[in-house]
Amino acid sequence: MSGQGSILDIQGPIVVAQLPNARTGEQVKLGKLGLMGEVIAREDARAVVQVYENTEGLRPGEPATAMGEPLSVELGPGILGGIFDGLQRPLESMLEQTGERIERGLVIPAIDRAKKWPFVPQAELKVGARIGGGAILGSVQENATITHHILVPPEIAGELIDLVAAGDYTVDDVVGRVRDRQGHIHKLHLSSRWPVRLPRPFNKRDHAVQPLITGQRIMDTFFPLLKGGKGAIPGPFGAGKTVLQQQIARWSDAQIVIYVGCGERGNELTEVLDTFPQLTDPRSGRPLMERTLLVANTSNMPVVAREVSVYVGMTLAEYFRDQGFDVVMVADSTSRWAEALREVAGRLGQMPVEEGYPAYLGSTLAAFYERAGRVETLSGGHGSVTLIGAVSPPGGDFSEPVTSHTKDIIQTFWALSKDLADARHYPAVDWLESFSLFVDTAARWWHENVSEDWLQLRNKSLRLLTEAEELNRIVNLVGVEALSSQQRWTLESARLIREGLLQQSALEAKDSFCSPEKQYLLLSLMIDIYNRGAEILKLGMPVQELLRLPLLAKARRWKIAYASDELEGLKQEARDIVPLFDALRAEYASPTSQRSKSEGTES
Amino acid sequence: MSSLEYSSAAWARGGLLAMRKVPEAALGDRVVVRDHQGRQRSGQVIRTSAELVLVQIFEGTDNLDLERTWVRFLDKPFELALAPEVLGRVFNGVGQPRDGRPPIVSKLSRNVNGASINPAARAYPREFIQTGISTIDGMNTLVRGQKLPVFSGSGLPHNRLAAQIVRQAKLLHAGKTESHGDFALVFAAMGVSHSDARFFEESFEESGVLGQVATFINLADDPPIERLILPRVALTCAEYLAFDLDMHVLVVMTDMTYYAEALREIATGKGDVPARKGFPGYLYSDLAEIYERAGRIRGKAGSITLIPVVSMPSDDITHPVPDLTGYITEGQIVLSRELAAANVQPPVAVLPSLSRLMKDGIGEGMTREDHARVASQLFASYAKAQEVRSLAAIIGAEELSEEDNRYLQFAEAFENRFVSQGEREDRTIFQTLDLAWEVLSLLPKEALTRLSEKDLDARYQQAVSE
Ligand SMILES: Nc1ncnc2c1ncn2[C@@H]1O[C@H](COP(=O)(O)OP(=O)(O)OP(=O)(O)O)[C@@H](O)[C@H]1O
Ligand SMILES: [Mg+2]
Repeated sequence: MSGQGSILDIQGPIVVAQLPNARTGEQVKLGKLGLMGEVIAREDARAVVQVYENTEGLRPGEPATAMGEPLSVELGPGILGGIFDGLQRPLESMLEQTGERIERGLVIPAIDRAKKWPFVPQAELKVGARIGGGAILGSVQENATITHHILVPPEIAGELIDLVAAGDYTVDDVVGRVRDRQGHIHKLHLSSRWPVRLPRPFNKRDHAVQPLITGQRIMDTFFPLLKGGKGAIPGPFGAGKTVLQQQIARWSDAQIVIYVGCGERGNELTEVLDTFPQLTDPRSGRPLMERTLLVANTSNMPVVAREVSVYVGMTLAEYFRDQGFDVVMVADSTSRWAEALREVAGRLGQMPVEEGYPAYLGSTLAAFYERAGRVETLSGGHGSVTLIGAVSPPGGDFSEPVTSHTKDIIQTFWALSKDLADARHYPAVDWLESFSLFVDTAARWWHENVSEDWLQLRNKSLRLLTEAEELNRIVNLVGVEALSSQQRWTLESARLIREGLLQQSALEAKDSFCSPEKQYLLLSLMIDIYNRGAEILKLGMPVQELLRLPLLAKARRWKIAYASDELEGLKQEARDIVPLFDALRAEYASPTSQRSKSEGTES
Repeated sequence: MSSLEYSSAAWARGGLLAMRKVPEAALGDRVVVRDHQGRQRSGQVIRTSAELVLVQIFEGTDNLDLERTWVRFLDKPFELALAPEVLGRVFNGVGQPRDGRPPIVSKLSRNVNGASINPAARAYPREFIQTGISTIDGMNTLVRGQKLPVFSGSGLPHNRLAAQIVRQAKLLHAGKTESHGDFALVFAAMGVSHSDARFFEESFEESGVLGQVATFINLADDPPIERLILPRVALTCAEYLAFDLDMHVLVVMTDMTYYAEALREIATGKGDVPARKGFPGYLYSDLAEIYERAGRIRGKAGSITLIPVVSMPSDDITHPVPDLTGYITEGQIVLSRELAAANVQPPVAVLPSLSRLMKDGIGEGMTREDHARVASQLFASYAKAQEVRSLAAIIGAEELSEEDNRYLQFAEAFENRFVSQGEREDRTIFQTLDLAWEVLSLLPKEALTRLSEKDLDARYQQAVSE
């Protein structure tokens, strides 16, 4: 039932209206423009409404109408490949209808009503069968990449009393009917609706077992995230959060990618829209846009819709999860969402606790991240939502509320550093500050699929990096001459790992995506060089000479010299190292090299 | 609502005027206030209810006698009249003439708040603008439609840098430079001193662009609240020039820190919850509404390139205004006090500087094939050289290794020859890149791993390194 009332007070995005029967969460339409908002509090007969659109021009006395439904998204074929605003309005259709500027009060359905989709009912499903919510009714080949499964809405269960034959249907056509226990008949369509703030149900949570392969070495090899895991990328401006998230959207082995641009730049979404149709999935060879869906609420769009956009994105992600897909959702940036919360809280006069944020910031973030995970779906299959949030701490200070709360919630933390970004070490992920709780689980996958010694090599390289950090402290006090030959070699090897392995430019055609095999080969090459060098030093080769080996400059270029499908070349490099060091060993192990041996030994 | 005058002022303070019993005033409505001396001030409704309407007064609320203050609600939003004649004119923050000439009369007027550009309507900026300044062109390239601020500090030459960009900016086509064409400049000054304003005016005059400039000025001794509306007025003008008249518009806005301070003043008056350093939590969104108006639109010939100047109070880049600006803009050019003290002009600190749109505007066909790698190598080598410098400061230069010493030489040459250039020196991108090779060649070949072996064979200058 919708209720009528009128506007009393307007202050920025917050409107108070006389609306005696409105419920919290209910949608409200305001004024002559028909601006949409939702009730966030009730005080006597008055409703406090947060408005998704700019309220300029609204007047006290104008009508307010409660719409009877909470904010919901529409789910069905036709949403992939699209770009929606924070309220799931298709931006391309808005462009056609009203031009390049977004007008207010526009109501545009998320899905094309007229388009017909080839629906194929589930073969085993017979009329008379008992079916439950979440069951797969049939499927629609949405594009060459994705077969969209049509699910019975979670709240419906009973006897299937009809099911159409295979054929072309619009999203509003009835494709089946179910009679529930009370005898009520429910019509089933290709599309359904779901309220964004309510997590979609599943049978049970399951363990995440597989790493999400992103093709980024610092992620996959060093700080892995599992499919169904929760990760965060905090960092100051310009450190590379967006580029990393775009890399994940491009190259990760997820089946569906939901990219939520929350309060960030318009041009960044344009870039995705421009480049993704030309890029192909390195695994399927299909255009990336076929598996991608964009939700865009840029920083110049209204603040409240920013808060909503992450929930819209998450509900879309859960919907594909329920069809059995591995979904990745990237949200850039969760800080803008938290700031929208703060702004609304401030206007409501709620007591701020830290930096103006309300007391419920932590619990709101936690509840949201909890919607990620790997689950057994209602139909008994498996699906996952992996959630990766960018965090934009003011002044790059990780102790601020949003970063510190997020850090407590997530399982993988890719901390970006301003110093690394300033030196153009990309991705600027700080290996000392970052962590992953998933290394052991990921190791099982690497050992089964790539190589048995993955974990050992990974840990070895991290150890070298940490040792180098210590040594650098010494060098900065007393200079490099104070180090032993072995220590200098450790320093150099750590540099090699940093430049030859950790650094990975998103712009480098051959290295933007790095397959697990290539990651492993590079990793083992770097450690191999370290080990062999260390051995030769023991035989007495002067460290200065070792540092002058042309191999070291060459090794830094291997990553860009060989693409993931040119690994034969890399393997050849690995073989070539052997005779090189053998020759050195022969030289220094032989008695004639005694002289240089004694020279090379340092204090 | 008719244009009745109300005299029901309840209170006035900090630029805010509260009115009782004004029925149905719309949010954002423009307001004209007449004070007891008959002087007019303009304002805008920022909160409205049947009981109380809150108006923000751009000229401030000093000297208002509540009993003798009359307020007229114009029943329309804040609009700016637009015509091609805006070029060559000087206005105040609310768009009224400041040059003694008559106001712009036109059938066309637009809401100064603008409406957000649909992200699906944007065209990605990718046309290289040659500024003739090596640190920008070579390492932090500007493209048409980009928003690239200059982060500076008091006493640093940000105005001279901005003026040099305005003077030298040009497009490059197939290796040849192209003249301004349909070029216009919008200059928005908030809280700047008289002498700074004069400096810009003289500089525009001297480069012969004065007739192509629309100027919006609020000086240091003008009412601060007016700074809140000024950038919106100026950008409305820029949008008109770019997207109605198909011009390529360069907008220079200085100084955004004064703008934000005015915002803080009003926010405090309204009792908004502060986030950091007393600035309201919505400062990010507010700045974004301004900065995001730059860009290109599909199917339109014009563009808005935005260069805001942001001074960093106490040279602190984490201060909310530069910090939030950096989170919105597409990079930043950072000026350094140390370099200025060492007489490096313009004192651009390249490491914290960044252009995010550089990657699509450079390379084969746009600048030169090796551009991206050269830039990347300069950044890496200079970062390394800075480490060596701090090491040298501790252990002394004589203790450094041979290689480290070459880094020191490189850093010197980089700063004195590459970064440093005359205010009148207009380098082509090719001169800039050649210069980059010259200084990079001071380093051993093996240290230049971000360049390809092909690059090194073609351009590494053996002689220099010996
Ligand atoms: N992996 C990478 N490879 C190459 N370049 C990178 C990489 N990461 C970042 N960059 C460079 O750094 C710039 C800034 O990165 P990005 O836009 O991702 O920063 P951000 O952390 O999202 O900043 P903000 O918080 O302001 O949005 C990019 O435009 C690009 O030039
Ligand atoms: Mg970003």
